[in-house]
Amino acid sequence: MIVRLMGEGQYRIDDGLRDRLEQLDGQALAALERDDEVELDGHLDSMWKLVTSEGQAMPPEDLHPSDVIIPPSDLTLEETRELFSEDGLIPDIPV
Amino acid sequence: MAGLMSRASVVVKAKMSKLIDRAEDPNLTLDYSYEQQLQLLQNVKRGIADVVTSKKRVQLQSDNLEKSLVKLETQARDALGAGREDLARAALERKSAIQQQLQGLDQQVAQLEGQQEKLVSSERQLSAKIEAFRSQKEVIKAQYSAAEAQVRIGEAATGIGEQMADTGLAIQRARDKTEAMQARASAVDELIETGTLEDFTSDGTTQLDRELAQVSSQSQVDTELEKMKTELGSGAPQKEIGQ
Repeated sequence: MIVRLMGEGQYRIDDGLRDRLEQLDGQALAALERDDEVELDGHLDSMWKLVTSEGQAMPPEDLHPSDVIIPPSDLTLEETRELFSEDGLIPDIPV
Repeated sequence: MAGLMSRASVVVKAKMSKLIDRAEDPNLTLDYSYEQQLQLLQNVKRGIADVVTSKKRVQLQSDNLEKSLVKLETQARDALGAGREDLARAALERKSAIQQQLQGLDQQVAQLEGQQEKLVSSERQLSAKIEAFRSQKEVIKAQYSAAEAQVRIGEAATGIGEQMADTGLAIQRARDKTEAMQARASAVDELIETGTLEDFTSDGTTQLDRELAQVSSQSQVDTELEKMKTELGSGAPQKEIGQ
């Protein structure tokens, strides 16, 4: 499947990684709901590491859309929440 | 409840579908989307230029403060030499305040550099995708019926739209950081203007400044006198001068 690391680029990963990624994702979500920024950032970092170490970077000219998108860990809790709202952090296209 | 990965994906796809729905005619959709992409590429280039400008400003400010550190140190030494510990202390206090500001400025420069790298990488990726989209667009226009084209456009546009959202966010974040830093740089300028971080040698307006400047110039006169006496071969130590 194709994963986009937001602000970084796209990677192709084996489907076998999906479970591990989803597990971390669930933990990240729980941390966000608990307002635990440190733990949230830790899980996001682990997800990024997993993707960059075991996935394959896709060439930039590839136009395939990603199956999932992983947010960066350098956002505040507030910004991460805003990321998921349609009028939130991501500006409308065109910017 | 959906996790973070799929939620982020849903938001980005929603942004994209707005773009795709905008035009009924597939060819118009393609051309319109391409125009938007080029526009965004311009925006990211401008974003990079803005970050570079900000960085230069912060660096310049930092260089100026570094210079005043050296001056203040010399002034403190001169003041102490002239037996004016009060003035020396005041100069060192200013030096310490400037050092604190400098640390903050160094962090800002590092952050701006990080933003610049992200934008440059984003620009490279967007630019490669735009080029790929441009050739695909011509193929779609030439080879497919309207119904087939609609599907192909959907695919190509979603792929590039995701990059556009990503680049858009990178520009936005860089802009926020740059604005915050410009505000801080202005605050430091203001501190310098009001004298809080002023260096004593610049048109001293306060009593303290005048006194320090006087000590400095006295010390310089003493040094020169000593030098001249040595050159003239008088040889005798002239410690009493200026004491």
